[in-house]
Amino acid sequence: MDFPLFHLDFMGNRMLVAIIAIIHVIINHALAVGFIPLVTFLEFRGYQIKKYNPEKGKVWDENTRKLLFFAFIITTSLGALTGVGIWFATSLANPASIGSLIRVFYFAWLSEWVVFVLEVIFIMIYYLTWKSSNKSVRNKKRHIIFGAWLSFFSFLTMAIIVGILGFMMDPGSWEERKTLLSGFVNPLYFPQLIFRAPVAMMMAGCVALLATMFFLQKENQWRPGILRHISFWILLWMPLAVVGAFTYYWYIPRSMIGNLPVAIATQQFQEWYDSLITVIIAVSAIGFAIGTLGVFAPRRLPKYLLIIPVLASFLFLGTFERVREFIRKPYVIGDYMYANGFLKEEYPLYQQTGLLKNTPYSSIKEITEENKTEAGEVIFNLTCTRCHTTHGINSVVRNFELMYGEEKPLVADAMKAYMKNMHNIRYYMPPFPGNDEELEALAFYIIQQQSRPKRMEGAQLKGVEVKELDY
Amino acid sequence: MIASLLTQIPVPKDIPLPLPMAEWILVVVLILSFLLHILFINLMVGGSILTFWYEVRGLKNKDYDTLAREIAGTITVNKSLAVVLGVAPLLSINVLYTVYFYSANALTGNMWISIVPWVTVAFLVLYLHKYSWDRLKDNKTLHIGILGIGVVSFLMIPFIFLTNINLMLFPEKWGVVKGFTDALTLPNVFPRYLHFLTASMAISGFFLAWWFGRKSFKLVDNYESITKTDIKKQMLNLALIATGMQFIFGPLLLITLPSQGVTWGLLGVISGGVTVATIVIYQLWKLINEKNEIISRRFYVVVVLFFILVSFMGTGRHLYRENALKTHRQMMAERTAAHWEAVEKARNNELTPADETQTLLSPGEQLYETNCSVCHAAAQRLVGPPLTEIVPIYENNLEALKQWIKEPGRKRMDYPPMAGFPNLNDQQLTNISNYLLQGKWK
Repeated sequence: MDFPLFHLDFMGNRMLVAIIAIIHVIINHALAVGFIPLVTFLEFRGYQIKKYNPEKGKVWDENTRKLLFFAFIITTSLGALTGVGIWFATSLANPASIGSLIRVFYFAWLSEWVVFVLEVIFIMIYYLTWKSSNKSVRNKKRHIIFGAWLSFFSFLTMAIIVGILGFMMDPGSWEERKTLLSGFVNPLYFPQLIFRAPVAMMMAGCVALLATMFFLQKENQWRPGILRHISFWILLWMPLAVVGAFTYYWYIPRSMIGNLPVAIATQQFQEWYDSLITVIIAVSAIGFAIGTLGVFAPRRLPKYLLIIPVLASFLFLGTFERVREFIRKPYVIGDYMYANGFLKEEYPLYQQTGLLKNTPYSSIKEITEENKTEAGEVIFNLTCTRCHTTHGINSVVRNFELMYGEEKPLVADAMKAYMKNMHNIRYYMPPFPGNDEELEALAFYIIQQQSRPKRMEGAQLKGVEVKELDY
Repeated sequence: MIASLLTQIPVPKDIPLPLPMAEWILVVVLILSFLLHILFINLMVGGSILTFWYEVRGLKNKDYDTLAREIAGTITVNKSLAVVLGVAPLLSINVLYTVYFYSANALTGNMWISIVPWVTVAFLVLYLHKYSWDRLKDNKTLHIGILGIGVVSFLMIPFIFLTNINLMLFPEKWGVVKGFTDALTLPNVFPRYLHFLTASMAISGFFLAWWFGRKSFKLVDNYESITKTDIKKQMLNLALIATGMQFIFGPLLLITLPSQGVTWGLLGVISGGVTVATIVIYQLWKLINEKNEIISRRFYVVVVLFFILVSFMGTGRHLYRENALKTHRQMMAERTAAHWEAVEKARNNELTPADETQTLLSPGEQLYETNCSVCHAAAQRLVGPPLTEIVPIYENNLEALKQWIKEPGRKRMDYPPMAGFPNLNDQQLTNISNYLLQGKWK
């Protein structure tokens, strides 16, 4: 509304954010929070082994260093950039929402940043001093202690971030309690933490297992021992991860749904919620199978198939991440701003006087027969494009066809009736923010799109039209 | 008509939430964290250019290859810090210039988001270069080629940032710009770029003079023809020449700045900076002519001078931004205030005459209109079947209809399943059902 609107008409803006965010979360869990403790553990074992078998200890140490090298390369490139990328992507996908959130969470995010800078510095120190740590026993000891400290520190980072997330996701606290502390006393805080920490450890184990397969030759006599340790690590954390997942699973509807229009939400929520349990069971089974095989018969671990537990553990986390998005709708900020970027408070104005009168980014003031399609496109852009595309992912045309029957021409009156009250039956949809003429133009535009598909370009390609507003 | 449209300035409204802390604190955080960020960016860009330069020279003289490798070692750390340190100024500029920054981002969105994959690739390429030095020692063309990809990326990516930071200052251009290329060719972008690139070379030369000149740095045996003093001198020369060149690019930047933000105060700050820059040049000259191998105390004097210089320029940058946006911000504040007055009126129904029709509906009809009519019509198939098909089924069976509305099953496979209404209470369900069964909808 008050921003030129970036739009990806195939992929959709939400997908852009989702891809970047999920990559970041996976790297953060699998290669930092969970990986550093595993690396420290393996380094410590290598140090112990070296005392009675220097040759074996050296192989252990070198393999562990390579694991850390791998994590170091990925976290400081893709990991770091996707972290910044979340800011970039959200500012494009929904500038009104991230712009508002930043005004409230600036301090929280700034503190998070300080911790994050320290973490990057520590990881660099840990990796870059590895080779010199092998010069003496004293150095090695210090290095391992530093690893332990870093493990604790990464956990702390996560504990802080989960608190901030909890604060933001708690729909009730937005207006009333603007203190950060509420994020840490939020009922979902501990369930999230006891879910994420062991899952991160498990994910790290899966990645390390796969990576070791590639770092060490099959003929290497010490390889089975290392694989066995990593498998043991996976088995060690698995029960905790499952308990964490169930706790989280159990708490979700009891704490977060509480603030939503419960009954309506339930039905649509239930489908998603049920799928969670399948994922928990399937992923635990895979993890258990691989872990057991690795502990008892490490030589039999299949090299390439080890990608499966890696992907499964990513899926595990990914499914749970969806909860945060799901729970929020139809709002992007609980009870304050709808997912389309409009404030709840502003709705009466727009519904009475129209959106076009209030946006500087369209040259249209009045809808006429001649500019109806054009006006419809502007309305579509303003009200739908934060989540929908014309013909791509989550396409409006397709969604209507799914309801009214495929390949049948859409009917304007039915669509208008639907869009005017859709929020009553599809709880995740915000109410339509414009007036009746605008609704009419929007329906008209979507019908046009069905018969003559035409890509809708975002402001990044076609720019914006500007008009002077009366105020 | 078109011409008048083109010159129009968009006046959006601001985010209606207060700043999270006093504005001056945010400004201080912005300026300081940005300077820290840009310092490491400079070292990263300048360092990779120098690595490239010395590795190419290393084809003839092995010593320069060794030197290039030493420099490449610093980039890994500098680039990681450059990225993480960028988050604080990003947050700060987002919060201080929300509408301006996000508008510029959206208008150049494709390139803006491409920063994420592009920098990732550039970083990975740099790692590949660094860790394949030995493996590719017999294939220098490939090795230098890999670095080339990284260096070209580092030379191009700043354009995206500068274009954004430039475009955000000129709302009058937002309606004209169609995509990144348009924004890139606005008059001020290239002078900014030259200014930045020269600064990168100056800072990198200066940093590396310290890096190679520090006491604990021992020249390893594999240097044959060059000495520690040579390297130090080359780096300081670079710093001096690059700083000197800023006396060309600086004024160029100032002249191409649109005049709306230029004030006497700004000129004062910049003159302060220029004065310090002159002293820096003089001190660098002295430093170069010192004969000692190890970096002297004068070096730290120049560090302080550089810091003062950069603070002047950072403040100047900020002043210009404030001045350039002053009028527009005022307009935006007025429009925001007017908007919220209108919102208030709309909420009190002062804008339109009260709509009487709503109150005339029976409670059942009202509920039907807001909930059921979304999917059902009298005689026509919409999302669900028409009432003419439904109602006869429930004739004289109010309870069954109520039950179905509350928790529907699925009877017709050619229709999507109906959403239930467990949120409606018994009275509401009775009202709707009565309305339907009485047949007033016909």
